[in-house]
Amino acid sequence: MTIGVKKVARPPEMSFPESLYLVEIVKGLGVTMGHLLRNIVRQEGIQTIEYPEVRRAMPVRFRGRHRLMKRMDGSPRCVACYCCATACPAKCITIVAGESPDPTIEKYPARFDIDMLRCVFCGMCVEACPCDAIRMDTGWFTPPDDTREKLIFTIDTLLEK
Amino acid sequence: MSTALFDLVVAVARIGVFFSFCFGLLVVMTWVERKGSAYIQDRRGPNRADILGVRAWGLFHPLADALKFLFKEDFIPDNAHRLFYQLAPMFSLAPAIMTIAVIPFGPDVTVMGRTIALQIADLNVGILYLFAVSGMTVYGVVLAGWSSGSKYPLLGGLRSSAQMLSYEVSMGLSLMGIFMVFESVRMSQIVAGQGTLLFGLLPKWGILVQPLGFVLFLVAQYAEANRTPFDLPEGESELVAGYHTEYGSFKFSMFMMAEYLHMVVGAAVVATLFLGGWQFPFLGDAGFLFPGGAAVALPKAAVLLIRIGSFVGKVVFFAWLYVWVRWTIPRFRYDQVMRLGWKVMLPLSLLNIFATGLILLLLRK
Repeated sequence: MTIGVKKVARPPEMSFPESLYLVEIVKGLGVTMGHLLRNIVRQEGIQTIEYPEVRRAMPVRFRGRHRLMKRMDGSPRCVACYCCATACPAKCITIVAGESPDPTIEKYPARFDIDMLRCVFCGMCVEACPCDAIRMDTGWFTPPDDTREKLIFTIDTLLEK
Repeated sequence: MSTALFDLVVAVARIGVFFSFCFGLLVVMTWVERKGSAYIQDRRGPNRADILGVRAWGLFHPLADALKFLFKEDFIPDNAHRLFYQLAPMFSLAPAIMTIAVIPFGPDVTVMGRTIALQIADLNVGILYLFAVSGMTVYGVVLAGWSSGSKYPLLGGLRSSAQMLSYEVSMGLSLMGIFMVFESVRMSQIVAGQGTLLFGLLPKWGILVQPLGFVLFLVAQYAEANRTPFDLPEGESELVAGYHTEYGSFKFSMFMMAEYLHMVVGAAVVATLFLGGWQFPFLGDAGFLFPGGAAVALPKAAVLLIRIGSFVGKVVFFAWLYVWVRWTIPRFRYDQVMRLGWKVMLPLSLLNIFATGLILLLLRK
């Protein structure tokens, strides 16, 4: 089998006025001035999102901030099986299991922390969860904060959304 | 009023007015740069800072910047040479301010029977003073780079000093043609010389008698002011920050002020030397006098206002050109900068001197 050789067209040699640069610079100035004038005249034509007020709609499969799901009675759906913590490649999930007062349920998470500084947003925890208790469908990034402690999300923070 | 007191008042007023003009333009330029770059790149630009709900297209952002710089932590790195570290920002800012002194803002005015030059100092060495002072900006850069006691600023400082020295050469040589044509280094005489007509048709502006000199000087000026495409001393996006890596708060802001002041003063210098300074085409002391013979008489005050306005307009245009070029042309690679400086600009400026001399010689015969 022969390897297919792709012929790449070399850019043609620069013509004399091009090699002088000055003419091309003036042309470039024309382009930028065009953009400037167009955007001054038609402000609404600028394609930007007024970020804090307007948020971009994330695609459905976007992996955003984690949330924990609740049962009908409001208790977390998580059964502290450690599947997510085991699957996590960044080892950012800390679970402490407690005995559930409900006789039909074995365990509940007494503590469920996600260290957002270590999380790589791979979604493995979501895949691993057998109870569909953890999801990343909030469509929202991790908001910035000013201390490391505030970025370790506790179970209360995760249940909020 | 006694003569001495009158002179003192005039001197203080002149310095005050020119100072506030340059610093005012400097503040506006920071806004123009951010807003202009935004519109050129199809963004919206600064528009959030508001006073009592009034946003005024982001005009309050320079104010917010100043406040921010004032209240930031003012630190000195452990390894820094404390004295020179503190002095370096002043070394960059001071020469930029000092160069305002020799730029004529308008023709001589007669107040209370005395002639006043609209220029802080009409030195007979004129442009030589300008070169001497603006050459000192290199000290600020090198000192800042060395005294920070860190390797990256040192490298950045050396790079920028090499660049600024290389372009200083062709900058000086590119102006020789102007000296030869107007036969003076005195700023006021160069401007006065540009008021005459060329072939009785065109204004004898520097740009028309020295087109090559104009291009060379403009390019060298950009390199001296460390503006894109020659902003290798800072190289914000690729390098750390060059010579001012270790600077924060108002000391950093002084470097930025120096850069913008360089732009304003540079624009004023180009306007003065190559675009006729305060001269307005076909405007004489008594009014317009067009080449065809048509004349429009104007009162003295109107003539003065048009002339000062024409100077301000030219300065604003060149200041805008700095921003405009910055967001059009990408940055040079370092070897390209050196090649352009020594292998293109220097021979061309020598050629310009030779050609000017030849033409002047032939015209004289």
